[in-house]
Amino acid sequence: MNYSEQEIKDLAEKTKEVRRLIIQMLARAGSGHPGGSLSATDLMTVLFFKKLNCRPQESNWPGRDRVHFSKGHACPLFYALLSKLGYFPERELWNLRRLNSILQGHPDRRTPGVEVSSGSLGQGLSVAIGMTLAGRLDRRDYKVYCLLGDGEIQEGEIWEAAMSAAFLKLNNLCAILDYNKFQIDGEVKKIMGIEPLVQKWQAFGWNVLEIDGHNLLEILDAFDIFKTVRERPTIIIAHTIKGKGVSFMENVVDFHGRVPSEEEAKKALEELK
Amino acid sequence: MQYQRNVYGETLVELGRENKDIVVLDADLSSSTRTAFFAREFPERFFNMGVAEQNMMATAAGLASCGKIVFVSTFALFASGRAWDQIRNSICYNNFNVKIVATHSGISVGPDGASHQALEDIALMRVIPKMFVIVPADCHQTRQAVLAAAKHLGPVYIRLGRPKIEDLENQDFEIGKANIIRKGKDISIIACGIMVKQALDAAEILKKEGVEARVVNMSTLKPIDKKTIFDCAKETKGIITAEEHSVIGGLGGAVSEAIAEMPSKKPLRKIGVQDRFGQSGEPAELMKEYGLTKEDIVRAAKELCPN
Repeated sequence: MNYSEQEIKDLAEKTKEVRRLIIQMLARAGSGHPGGSLSATDLMTVLFFKKLNCRPQESNWPGRDRVHFSKGHACPLFYALLSKLGYFPERELWNLRRLNSILQGHPDRRTPGVEVSSGSLGQGLSVAIGMTLAGRLDRRDYKVYCLLGDGEIQEGEIWEAAMSAAFLKLNNLCAILDYNKFQIDGEVKKIMGIEPLVQKWQAFGWNVLEIDGHNLLEILDAFDIFKTVRERPTIIIAHTIKGKGVSFMENVVDFHGRVPSEEEAKKALEELK
Repeated sequence: MQYQRNVYGETLVELGRENKDIVVLDADLSSSTRTAFFAREFPERFFNMGVAEQNMMATAAGLASCGKIVFVSTFALFASGRAWDQIRNSICYNNFNVKIVATHSGISVGPDGASHQALEDIALMRVIPKMFVIVPADCHQTRQAVLAAAKHLGPVYIRLGRPKIEDLENQDFEIGKANIIRKGKDISIIACGIMVKQALDAAEILKKEGVEARVVNMSTLKPIDKKTIFDCAKETKGIITAEEHSVIGGLGGAVSEAIAEMPSKKPLRKIGVQDRFGQSGEPAELMKEYGLTKEDIVRAAKELCPN
């Protein structure tokens, strides 16, 4: 598909707005995971604003595309996008992680737009397989998008799922790997290396697309290609930068699970103007 | 004498005919669990997920999120232990319509030995919020439990055995309701699964020795029928629990928890596996070795009820 310059510009503006919400939400909540939310922001903003077939006012519409954040700790991003699409009012974002809030510390079905809870890593690709199979049984052509973390794919269940999704020829399934190169304890390559990634997923039978996860055009193209592939699931291996968009958070492992202070948040919002 | 698993397989086919939303998953044990019956009749709604239980359980959650009623089967050990986190987080936390029907539970698995003898599965499943746990005592109950599970909105764990099981008389099943199969005023024997028959036989022996034992078939372990337990504690001199499972966390555990909260304190003896692993052997030999026979129940009853 062709995208106009204006379209890309508008989209870039949206990614800034989403990043701002993430920072504001986390600063108020006082805990949560900024790094991995910011790294996946461009990927998921493109998906939500340009590619997702959904009805925010009718979140249970059977024909909707499914989105599952298997890396559940990136839920500030999920929540920002859901509120922007109108699943719930923006003011709910300020109750993130509070008692009785519809926005739990990890995704939960009490939030409109969340299909299945997540948080315990490694289960989401299997959940997405179940959603895709249900679509096949019901003769519906909806797509299923599953966001994975790079540390997350150290879980064995991911590879059980990788094997079965290819075996079952689930071409309506698209995994998105937010490859930001960091996990809580440090660099992925130093904790438990996962390379060679492209070859691994190819060997498991997947259609593999390797992109710059901050290049909006590349992201758009990848989702377009996914929709043309038959008989195979697709994984978009997206090279990203942890903490992307805020200079002092980029590639700083500390911001995996630490939120910005009031001062830092102010600085971050200044940068994201 | 029939196999509970055969009845399960047949009932699944029946359900599959009535409801196109029934989907079945197995992990390479469909010939043993008898989900193969369903696979033959409805190949498009059956998925053999291979030897990968974690992926199977979370896939079941995904299917259920789209409105499917998913029956998942494998051996009890792998069904409960191997994929516990998936059951807790992806299935139960979402209150999904996933029915785990586990076969080959308990010591009566026999020669395969300890690695295949699930003696902890009731405990593992009972502790998860929203999960219902059912241990049918015969084939009639098995059929009814499977039908009831399909109707219930939410996760259910049904525990079946490997060997053939004797048919009891008039054992209707209703979720959460214990059946008093034999009346008695002296002591109560609360049993589940294959131990219900042992309890009835024990009561017969005790009668000859002047002890009137009440026998309760506690086929729903969760939600447990507290009222019946309370009546047993109030109306008889003591309670014996009998299960083919560890005495920790299973029926004995559940009854202990219930009577601890009740005003009328009565003594309790737990017949079950005493915090041990199993081993190879013929089922009957193992039941004897691990203290799971009618004689063991009689002995415990006499301790509680010395004449």
